[in-house]
Amino acid sequence: MSQKNQPDLDMLKGTLDMMILRTLIGGDAHGHTIAKVIERTSEDVLEVEQGSLYPALHRLEDRGWVSSYWGLSENNRKAKFYRLSAVGRKQLVRETSRWRQMTRAIGLVMGEEMAQNGGGQ
Amino acid sequence: MSWRRFFHRKVADAELQNEIESFLVEETAENVARGMSPEEARRQAHIKLGSPQHVRESLWMQNSLPALENFNRETKYALRTLLRTPGFSLMAILVMALCIGAATSLFTVVRSVLLRPLPFRDPDQLVMLYEHFRSPSSNQHGFNYNPVAPADFYDWRAQTHGFEDMAALRYGRFNITGERGELPEVVMAGGGSWNLFPLLGVQPALGRTFVESEDRSDGTAVMLTWSVFQRRFAGDPSIVGRQIHLDGWPYTVVGVLPSWFTYPDAKIEVWVPYAAGFPPFVLKHHDFHFSFVVARMRPGVSLSNAISQVRALQYRTHMEYLHDPVAEDVATRSITDDLAKEVQKPLLILMAAAGCMLLIGCLNVANLLVARGAARQKEVAIRGALGAGRLTLIREQITESLLICIVGGAAGLSLSLAATHWLARAWKDLPSAQSIRSDGAVVAFACAMIFAATLFAGLLPAISSTSKAVFAILQSSSRNAGGSVSRTALRKTLLTAEIAATVVLLIASGLLLKSFVRLRTTELGCVTDNVLTLNYSLPANKYDKPEKANAFNEALLERLRAMPGVRGVALGSVLPGAGYGGDDVFTIPEHPPFPPGEELPNALQRRADPGYFSALQIPLLSGRYFTGHDRTDKANKVIISKELARRYFPGENPIGKHLRPPAYGKGDFEVVGVVGDTIFRVGQPISPTMYFPILSGSGGSGDVGQALAVRSVSDPMTMAIPVQKQIAALEPEMPVSSVLTLDRVVGESLGNAGFSATLVLAFAILSLLLACVGLYGVLSYLMTQRSTEIGIRIALGARREQVLRLMLVDGLRPALFGLAAGIAASVAAAQLIRHYADSMLYRTRALDPEIFAIVAATLLAVAALACVVPAWRASRLDPMQALRTE
Repeated sequence: MSQKNQPDLDMLKGTLDMMILRTLIGGDAHGHTIAKVIERTSEDVLEVEQGSLYPALHRLEDRGWVSSYWGLSENNRKAKFYRLSAVGRKQLVRETSRWRQMTRAIGLVMGEEMAQNGGGQ
Repeated sequence: MSWRRFFHRKVADAELQNEIESFLVEETAENVARGMSPEEARRQAHIKLGSPQHVRESLWMQNSLPALENFNRETKYALRTLLRTPGFSLMAILVMALCIGAATSLFTVVRSVLLRPLPFRDPDQLVMLYEHFRSPSSNQHGFNYNPVAPADFYDWRAQTHGFEDMAALRYGRFNITGERGELPEVVMAGGGSWNLFPLLGVQPALGRTFVESEDRSDGTAVMLTWSVFQRRFAGDPSIVGRQIHLDGWPYTVVGVLPSWFTYPDAKIEVWVPYAAGFPPFVLKHHDFHFSFVVARMRPGVSLSNAISQVRALQYRTHMEYLHDPVAEDVATRSITDDLAKEVQKPLLILMAAAGCMLLIGCLNVANLLVARGAARQKEVAIRGALGAGRLTLIREQITESLLICIVGGAAGLSLSLAATHWLARAWKDLPSAQSIRSDGAVVAFACAMIFAATLFAGLLPAISSTSKAVFAILQSSSRNAGGSVSRTALRKTLLTAEIAATVVLLIASGLLLKSFVRLRTTELGCVTDNVLTLNYSLPANKYDKPEKANAFNEALLERLRAMPGVRGVALGSVLPGAGYGGDDVFTIPEHPPFPPGEELPNALQRRADPGYFSALQIPLLSGRYFTGHDRTDKANKVIISKELARRYFPGENPIGKHLRPPAYGKGDFEVVGVVGDTIFRVGQPISPTMYFPILSGSGGSGDVGQALAVRSVSDPMTMAIPVQKQIAALEPEMPVSSVLTLDRVVGESLGNAGFSATLVLAFAILSLLLACVGLYGVLSYLMTQRSTEIGIRIALGARREQVLRLMLVDGLRPALFGLAAGIAASVAAAQLIRHYADSMLYRTRALDPEIFAIVAATLLAVAALACVVPAWRASRLDPMQALRTE
């Protein structure tokens, strides 16, 4: 299963971090919730690889963008919660604007073909 | 940041496992809520998660530093392989420990003695100035650095301005007598001009240094060194300002020098002002060469600029005193070089020998590693085939040699701590011996050695054992891989280099040893068996008239000659072999005068009592010995040595001619006898010598006191106490010094020749052993490699002798090549020794055929011995066994 997604992983790396940060705006969450939220919000188009989610969370924590603590989940079970830090919030703003610029630029380049393809479907 | 992560990987991993567990629980709970059965819910949760191991590994990789990770793994791997072959590992580590230890020890000594600046203010600004005679005869034993005459020093200091300042120092000797009943003793003294200590930047530990008004003939200030201050005065600071008695005269202690100050000789115990004790006329002489001048350079003035002024001045002085031995030139060298002049060459040779041994050790370890590589060919080939990169494989093998070198180096470093201590003590007269210690620089040096050795010993085997040819082994079913031929060639090349280096070491040590033996067996020119020697110096204030000194000396001689067991007693100023002891120039009134500017005849000057020559068995060649009548005003007689007669009275009878030494100022001395030559110091050529009657009562230039030699029937040391008692009976206040036998005096003057020769020989023998082990190893390996071939040969009818010869020739070939290369390199090395350290080869030619032949024979014999065992085993091979094994 990882084989299939391998080519996408690298591309997703930056965006996964961004999406995790975005998810945490809504409040502290543990790994399971974060993955769920991303999947649901993307209408199940994006499937979060656990193999990259946890390393990503640790990476973000290491950079000081999120902090973590052990707490109790909705089901009263022990879970590790992540919280967005002030630095993380700034980082999110930066990443978001960069992402917008990028998608707009890519959209401009791809615009016609995408429209055609879109029309074809 | 990543370092912290790296070392917290375990914690992070544990936390992740908890996190994964909590994910599974959450997911399962969710699935159950969706209506799945618990088992199914858990299964789906696991499917969703994927492999937890994969998640853990991703995080682990993310947190790791690849280089460190690899290093960690390779170290573990190398450690395991090394532990699997403890014999090899121990051997390699031992070799490395010995080699790195020896190199580090020598480096420690060299650094302290030759490289570390002296503890003075701006020591690199200090230079020593010497007078320099330009004539070829003065320079035939190396560039001459002649001590400076006092008047020259005073002129240089007053009339040239290129240096910031100049100071003079000289050596002396005093009898210290006790004020409170302490035993009298003889101490070595330094005489320093008043500005010496300020110029060096030395602050006294107590009191003050000399002032200008004390630096006069009648100056009576004295400074104590720390050692005598502690030893004789019990470290009592109230000694400053009090009086002590030197040679019976009162001197006032003005200060105490700090404990680290041992310049220029640790044996000096008291310092007096430079001029103190010299009659004013001596200080006005331009030809009494006994001072050493140290100068501090002026900032912004180059040395050549500063020295050219002094040279010009000295040349003017020379022209002014054309009939006196006044040097025409000035020479200079740095204060560090000056101090180390005696030991510099032997030290550098030892350092080179240690370096050579380190090279041999590295070659040896490289050789062993190549052999190991051979045994692991298959493993390397398989791992290569499975995708291990060549760099990884090389790195792995280097790690192995790194481990060997680090462990060996650590052992070597601790070994060298002990060895350095021993070296510093065993080496006589090593300057700044007390400052020799291991410090950061030494550890850094050892580390550098370790890494150099690692690369040297590890790289070549690693590259060879991972070459493409290795992979061929997988293609052939036979164990005799194609790669082994080139590998054997590599081993043989390494071995050749090792043997060549060993030959160089052996020949160098052989030359030094031969030189030492030559020194050891030098004939002094007099009897040396059963001769007790001692020195004394009559207190000048009590023995102020020649008659008094003569009375004491004659009374003592009479008492000693009457003692049982005494075969002869000689009283002189300096005994044969006991050193230079001063020389003087002279003219011969019967000869036409020398043209001005030409170097005057010159001879060592000695004093001797009437019985001196017969007691020491120095043969009388013509004329007569001194008699009791050659005393005081009738003492204008001289006995000359054979060499003096040969050189300055060629083809004529010197008896009845006269010598006129200007330094004596008493007119002519009639030659009454010619005696055989003696050597003033072992290793030095025979010098012309003139003997004056000791009963003249005056000492000529530089009174060095009396030297007594007592020849006894049996062990001379048993005579020491009775003789000293006779002296004490006549003069209880007078100490004696240097109570030795003449054999010992000779031994002392051998210095460290034997020591350095022995050390180099030890290195050479160790290297020979290593080369021998290497040869044995290569041949044994070769035999295993070729056992099938040999088996077939024997099966086909080859005779045992043929096989033996085949193997022997194969093994001896690298030995022969190595020997040839080594001899070629030795010729070059011997030329180097000849060129830079001629003094270390005493009556020994650099290309001594005897030594070369002995070394070649020894090496071939040892090599043959190392080859015979594997070759013999090969010839005894059972063909069936050999073929079956294959």
